[in-house]
Parts: sequence; structure tokens; C-alpha cells
Amino acid sequence: MTPIVERGPEGSVAVGPLDQLLNLARKNSLWYLLFGTACCAIELMQTGGPRTDADRFGMVFRSTPRQADVLILAGTITYKMASRIKLLHDQMAEPRYVIAMGSCACTGGLFQDSYAVVKGGDLFLPVDIYIPGCPPRPEALVEGLMLIQQKIEREPVLKNAWSQS
Amino acid sequence: MNLDEIGARLSKELGASVTRQEDVGDPSLCVPSTHWKQACLLCRDLEALDFRFLRSLCGVDRPEAGSLELVAHLWSYRLRHALVLRTRAPRDAAELPSLSSVWPAANWHEREAAELLGFRFLDHPDPRHLILPEGWEGHPLRKDYRQGKTALGIPTVRPGYEPEGAAS
Amino acid sequence: MSDVVELFPDREQLVLNMGPHHPATHGVLRFVLHTDGEIMSRAVPDIGYLHRGLEKLAEGQTYAGYLPFTDRINYLEAMFCNQVYAMAVERLLAVSLPPRAEYLRMIACELNRLANHQISLGCIAMDLGAFTPFVYLVRERETINDLMEALCGNRLTHHYLRIGGVAFDVDDAWLGRLAGFLDHFEPVIDEFDSLITYNEILIQRMANVAVICGEDAVAFGLVGPNLRASGVDWDLRRDLPYSAYGEVEFDVPVGQGQIGTVGDCLERFIVRVAEMRQSCRILRQCLAKLPAGDIQAKVPRLIKPPKGEVYAAVEGARGELGVYLISDGSNKPYRLKWRTGSFAGLSIIEHISRGLMIADLVAVIATLDVIAPETDR
Repeated sequence: MTPIVERGPEGSVAVGPLDQLLNLARKNSLWYLLFGTACCAIELMQTGGPRTDADRFGMVFRSTPRQADVLILAGTITYKMASRIKLLHDQMAEPRYVIAMGSCACTGGLFQDSYAVVKGGDLFLPVDIYIPGCPPRPEALVEGLMLIQQKIEREPVLKNAWSQS
Repeated sequence: MNLDEIGARLSKELGASVTRQEDVGDPSLCVPSTHWKQACLLCRDLEALDFRFLRSLCGVDRPEAGSLELVAHLWSYRLRHALVLRTRAPRDAAELPSLSSVWPAANWHEREAAELLGFRFLDHPDPRHLILPEGWEGHPLRKDYRQGKTALGIPTVRPGYEPEGAAS
Repeated sequence: MSDVVELFPDREQLVLNMGPHHPATHGVLRFVLHTDGEIMSRAVPDIGYLHRGLEKLAEGQTYAGYLPFTDRINYLEAMFCNQVYAMAVERLLAVSLPPRAEYLRMIACELNRLANHQISLGCIAMDLGAFTPFVYLVRERETINDLMEALCGNRLTHHYLRIGGVAFDVDDAWLGRLAGFLDHFEPVIDEFDSLITYNEILIQRMANVAVICGEDAVAFGLVGPNLRASGVDWDLRRDLPYSAYGEVEFDVPVGQGQIGTVGDCLERFIVRVAEMRQSCRILRQCLAKLPAGDIQAKVPRLIKPPKGEVYAAVEGARGELGVYLISDGSNKPYRLKWRTGSFAGLSIIEHISRGLMIADLVAVIATLDVIAPETDR
């Protein structure tokens, strides 16, 4: 059921299940952590640039994990960095999401034989969306962001563990 | 100065034999490890050599010869000549004097060679790990390095990937 | 300014952690700052957060199969990394390239230098608080990305070069687009200059900060724009010409110290802006002189160079990018060592950070143009 919007002379009223209204607000204001390790970070920066503007989806970058909703793992993850990424992820307040952007964050990419690369972000973090590519085009990243918006749309907010105190 | 002249000059000053090594590509001079630091000081300080720029300091693992090699690439901006200098140390006890007081650029190159190959540089001002995580075991750039199933608590091979040959 | 302020060594020192996740460090770099609050006594870099073992990976790949990995050594100047590795293998094989291939390599590399400087300069301005120049330059970089995509299929990690030449040829339509881009971009450099280079705040924050004299620069192994800003007039393209650089004319900007001192942060900034202009000049000459012919030399299908070693270097956007390659006669490299400008650039930070303020450290890191993948490999 999508929210019904009634437009009247004094303004608009949206009527719908509370879950949906909350999700509508949440998905259109996802703040991502300004984090990137390698090449995909440059494509992340270009996606936030003028041509493919991530800001029009409500996504701005925040430097501190306390203010971020989504952690985009952009770039290769090494063993030395993995514990720090876990720290960053732990500092984010729930609801938080993780997007693995690029082959290296999905599965380790072309570094399968490397001794120093973690073969995928999901070996130590719960990943929600995987975006393949090396590096993924800005359009591919935007599709991933659309997918996470669709995922958020379907979430039952009021019944989730993190909203029950 | 060309390589033979440099080799002759270094031999004379050091009092030790400096041999020329040549395959295809760049020829180099091989210095005994006992005279490594003196040779480098001479390369930097002699007016005719004036090698002020240490381009790179690279360690090479030679398991069949039982030694570790250290190769220095030098360049002189003023005289516009290059030099490749190398020395060998036994693989199990690769101890060499540090070149950090000769060229400050050598500081980090030596730290990296020490942790990746197992050199020990005497009198190095800061012999900590540079690029490997704390608590890493083994010297990854050695030819016989094999990694375990997990490293720092995370699996090292992606489930479902079978590397051909041994995974390094 | 820092020589006016005294350091109090007996006061308690704070140890602050900066990074590895920090908006102003370029990539994942970490600094441990020993400071009394604002003035630092030391800033110790801690690297290795992007160490992917690329040197060890080379020993398991064939010579041609390693080329895609070279893009990742420094993704902002991927063409130079491709070129230096290809040059090293070509020297071992004693292969010489057809002239069209050399010119195409030069065109691709100089475009890459422009793209790299756009990000570097944009990030310098952004780290000091000015966000607009970054957005301007990222917009221009999109056009270069489009050109690269039309050329070789990828916007960022190009893998355009092959051992013995380049992979794809260009046609007149692409060359026309490149000429149009140059016509559009040269006024943008002037616009950028007028927007930010002589801005009072930028000058206050960067002039006379972290002066590196010429001898120190050479002793610590600095290369590229950092070395030239310290007054050492050296550019591999002009002084040891490789590829077809001997056939084009260009100037090499060296730090003059017109505002501030030779070797300070502002000089490193100004030298990079001047280099962008020279790259445009080289590109125009390449467009005019591009010869016809093959784009690839005859290279054996199975590349097995003879036993030997070679050191090849190119003047990348961050300075001398060198490859030391040892071959043992088989089809895989025996040892491959990358000599990068950022490795040296980062190692000097501990030396010059005495007496600087923490905010100055941001300017120093940005203008030395250090980037994590090149440092850690």
C-alpha cells in the first residue's frame, strides 16, 4: 500500500501505514560515510560530483560515523584496515546499512592471490547490497543506492529490534 | 663516469674487490657486505661520483643461492650518471648496516625490506613494521612464504575459490 | 610563523590519532601526532592500510597478465603505471615501438596527468576549506573520463597500454573531441587560477609553510612537482627523454618563490597549475604531429624475456615512477619493485612537521600529493 496524498487548499496530507511514511522519510535522506580506500573511492567522489549528483537523492557525505546511515565500502579492504572498518561500523547508530562497492569489497576482486587483502567485506561485516564493477560506473552506484532505497521501503520499522527499547 | 671507472675507483678506495655483474639489461656492481656502508658513503661523498639521490633500495630473495640481495639504484643530478650497487647477505642471518645516515630516503626502504624479506639493519633509527599489520608472522616476499587459513581472525581464501598451485 | 613560536619540550604532550579514516588524509593514511594542543613536535606517519601485495602478485602472473594490476598501483595516474611497466618489459625484450604507438601513449599519459592534477588541486583546495574549486575540476575531469572511456572502455583503471604498444587506435572523431576539450579547458585553468591561486586565505595558509630546501628534497628522495617546487630543475621527460618526448616542446615549471619561499606549500601548488598548462601544450603538439602506422610492435605471444634486470622510469604526475624488474628467463617476473613518489613524500613528513600546527599538516599532506595506494603498493 503506497501512501495516499490528498492535496487540499491548506496543503497536502499523506495518509498511509506509519511504517511506510517513516521509510519514505528514511530512504530519501541516507547519509553516507565519507570513506573510501582505493579506486572505487574516486568513482564515489565522481558520483557525488556535478554530473551524477548523489545529493539529489538526499545523500550527502558525512565525515563522522555517528552521523552516517550507510557505509559504502569503496575499495580494497586489507587486513590492517579491516579492524578499523569494524570500529567505524560499530560506531554507526542503527539503522545502518553496508554497501559493498566494487569487486574488491564484494569478493576481493582481482587480488585473490594476495596475502594482504581481505576477500570481501562480508567476511567480517553484514553487507546489504553488492555492486560489482572495477570500478563500477556512477550509474551502477546509483542503481545500488536505488536498491538500498527499495530495501528500506520494505522494512517493518516498528517491529524491528532497533526501534524497540 | 661509466661503470668500469666507478668500479675501479670504488675498489681502490675500499680496498676490497668490487665485481661487475651483467646479464641482459642494466649492469651492476657487487660490493661485499662487509664494505656496504663505506661503499655507499663513498658514492655519496666523492666529488667524481656525487650520488645524492637514492632512487630505490630493493631486497631480492635468492633461495637457490641461500642469500638475500640488497640492490640500490643511485643517481647523480649534477653529473647525470646512474649506478646500480648490490650486496649479498646469508638468508638466515641477513644483517647489514643501515643507510639511513647516508641517505634519509633509505629509512623507509629499509623498514620495508626488513619486514617483507627478513633483513636486519643495524643502527636503524626506527625498526618497526611499516606496511604490514601488527602481529604479522612471516616474511611475505620470500619465495617460500605460505599463508595460513586465517589471518588476524579473518579467512584468507574466499569460500568457493580454489587457487591453482599454492596460494601465496 | 613557526619559527616565532617556541616549543616547550617539558610540557605534557598529547598524542592524537589522525586517520586512517579522516576527511583530509588522502586515502587511508594515519598520522600519530605528538602535540601540545596545536603545535606539533612530531607527526609520525603510519602506512600500510592499503598494502595489497602487488609486488608479490607480480611473481604469480605472466608479464602481460600483470598489466591490469599496474593500474591499481596508482589509479589516478594509471597510464603512467602501465607505461613504466610496459617500458621495463620492452627494454628486456629489446623491442622498439612504432611512432604512432609512442604518440598515442604520450597523448594518453598527458591526459592522465591533467586528470590527476585536477583531483590533486581540487583536493588541496577542499582540504583547506574551499569546496568550489574541487567541484569545478571534478566537472572537467568528467570530460576526460568520457574521452578515456571512448578510447579504451574504462573511466578509471584504464589498462590501455599493452606490451609493445597500445590496445586501441583512435579515429578523427576522437581527436576532434580531444581538440574541443583542450579549447574548452585552457580557459578553465585561467578561471581556476583567478578563483583560488591568489586567494588571500590560501596564500596565508600555504606560503612559507613547510619549506623543503633543494638538498633535503634530493636526500629524502622527493621527485616530480615536489622536487621542482624546491628549486631542483629536473624532469625526466626533458632530461632523459623516453617515448616521443624528445620531439615535442614544453617548459618545465620550477619553483620561483614569487609569493612565499621556494620549497613551501604554495610553490608546490603553483607548479602543478603550471604543469597543467604545459600538458595542454604537449597535447596540442601531439595532435598536430600524430603519425600514421601501427599501434603495436611485434611481440611474441608468450613473453619470456631473457635473464636480466632493468630499471625503467617515467615522469608521472607525482614524479619519477620507477620499476625495477628482474627476470629469470621464465614467463613470470622474478622480482618487481615499484619506486613511487608518494613513498618518499610521506617519509619526509616526519622530518618537516616539527613546529607546524595541525592545520598546517593538512596543507602539507595535500600539497605533497601523497596517495595511499602508491605508498603501500
